[in-house]
Amino acid sequence: MSLLHLRSLIVGDAQADRVVPPSGFTAQLTLFVSGAMAFLAVFALALSMASGRLADRWAEELARAATLRISAPLEQRQAQTDAALAILQQTPGVASARALSREEQAALLAPWFGGELPLDSLPVPQLIEVIADTPGYDETGLRLRLQAEVPGAVLDDHTRWREPLVDAAQTLRRLAWVSILLIGGATAAMITLAANAALAANAQVIEVLRLVGALDTYIAQAFVRRFTLRAFVGATVGMGFGIIGVWLMPEASREGGFLTGLGLQGWGWLAPLAIPVLGALVAFVATSRAANKRLGDLA
Amino acid sequence: MIELENVGYNYGGGELLTDVSVQLAPGSFHFLTGPSGAGKTTLLKLCYGALTPTMGRVRAFNMDVKGLDRDQMAYLRRRVGVVHQDCRFLDHLSILENIALPLTVSGRDIGQEEANLQELLSWVGLSDRAHATPPELSGGERQRAALARSVILSPDVIIADEPTGNVDWEMSQRLLQLLVELNHMGKTILVATHDLSLIRAAKKQVQARVLRISNRQLQQAGADL
Ligand SMILES: Nc1ncnc2c1ncn2[C@@H]1O[C@H](COP(=O)(O)OP(=O)(O)OP(=O)(O)O)[C@@H](O)[C@H]1O
Ligand SMILES: [Mg+2]
Repeated sequence: MSLLHLRSLIVGDAQADRVVPPSGFTAQLTLFVSGAMAFLAVFALALSMASGRLADRWAEELARAATLRISAPLEQRQAQTDAALAILQQTPGVASARALSREEQAALLAPWFGGELPLDSLPVPQLIEVIADTPGYDETGLRLRLQAEVPGAVLDDHTRWREPLVDAAQTLRRLAWVSILLIGGATAAMITLAANAALAANAQVIEVLRLVGALDTYIAQAFVRRFTLRAFVGATVGMGFGIIGVWLMPEASREGGFLTGLGLQGWGWLAPLAIPVLGALVAFVATSRAANKRLGDLA
Repeated sequence: MIELENVGYNYGGGELLTDVSVQLAPGSFHFLTGPSGAGKTTLLKLCYGALTPTMGRVRAFNMDVKGLDRDQMAYLRRRVGVVHQDCRFLDHLSILENIALPLTVSGRDIGQEEANLQELLSWVGLSDRAHATPPELSGGERQRAALARSVILSPDVIIADEPTGNVDWEMSQRLLQLLVELNHMGKTILVATHDLSLIRAAKKQVQARVLRISNRQLQQAGADL
């Protein structure tokens, strides 16, 4: 398609536009379908981006953090902690190991017991944060060695339980993309139907236009232009409502889990702007194909 | 301009036209007559490429009509002005817009042709009906509008199918006069009609040849008309 062709498609001209009579129901159908589909597409897009973010974040945490818990009588606690740290330092695949300070532990417990907990006099286990390298450490080997040398140590790979969740998030992301493709396909199918109905309703008009020497490209464009514009307008409105819907969702917070994170973030808010453009593109292709086929059949 | 060589045509039933040969020389005036259902409209359609012959060959402007693709056919339509038996307007447009339609679809700017359009409208006597829609016009007004539309692109050939089909004698004389004027401007004219009085009236004003379809053949009618 030449640039001039594109220009005339967008700018159009008033005379050419009047040549095909405005047709009620196909116009409304196209507007409604592209609006509704754009609305849905915004949510599918938000879902794909949110589940993508979660999958990435969880996967990263999963790969990296574990906790070593030293539950030993008070007098042995420091010695066992030192021994465990020594072992961890020698273990290949462990990037760093660090005993949590008293204040950090107190902060962890504060939500349950309040701030003034006399940690020193309580048999609270000492926690060691273990950060893995990529690739990680040999988990079974580490457990065996700790068992032998630090009897009070328990390796708590606490993020393992999230593994299925990461899978779920990734699946959700894929499903969201499949939904977006299906939305595109359904839009194309509906607009093709509407365009065919409009072409059929205007068979007489097409015939007259041919009689006075209109080229098929001219006739096709008269229809394509309308449907493309309508799809663009419908999709813009639908996208607007979709964005408002996403925007009204509660603020995402790190602990908030999945549902509150189901929004758009940062540059992600610009992604829905592609929806009307894609909608117009889908309408353009669908109507062009329908018109060319129809005009070929009518020849 | 337009030549038919041994043309035959049938719609799928029996043969409607057989072995028709005729040449429309530049600047000539032809009438085509014959009983209803004889195939006058069919023959005209063969001339302007709306139908392709089942036998023989039709050449327009030295091109075989059969070999034309859809775009070339559109360009042929712009070189041959056609007044259809049933006028064929777009009812949602005004008469002015209908007359200008060939300009519009060939991408010309109507604004620049405004003067020509007004002149054409007054030539066919429709200046005061410019903004009416086709269903609001009388039969004679529609015929004149159709004639105006057929000449808007200054075609070399004008083909009219029963242009006086449903108008009174006075109006048919007026339409004939318009066709004669066009012929005097050098246009090639082919008119299908079963109105013999129209032909007689024309013969007083131009050198017209009369062709008659009878028994599926085209005959040159004699001076008996
Ligand atoms: N599209 C078509 N399909 C089948 N038969 C057709 C078609 N068009 C015309 N015919 C038949 O061909 C014959 C000739 O039709 P045509 O319209 O050429 O006649 P005509 O001489 O113009 O008649 P009239 O004076 O009534 O306009 C008629 O018998 C008509 O029924
Ligand atoms: Mg006829």
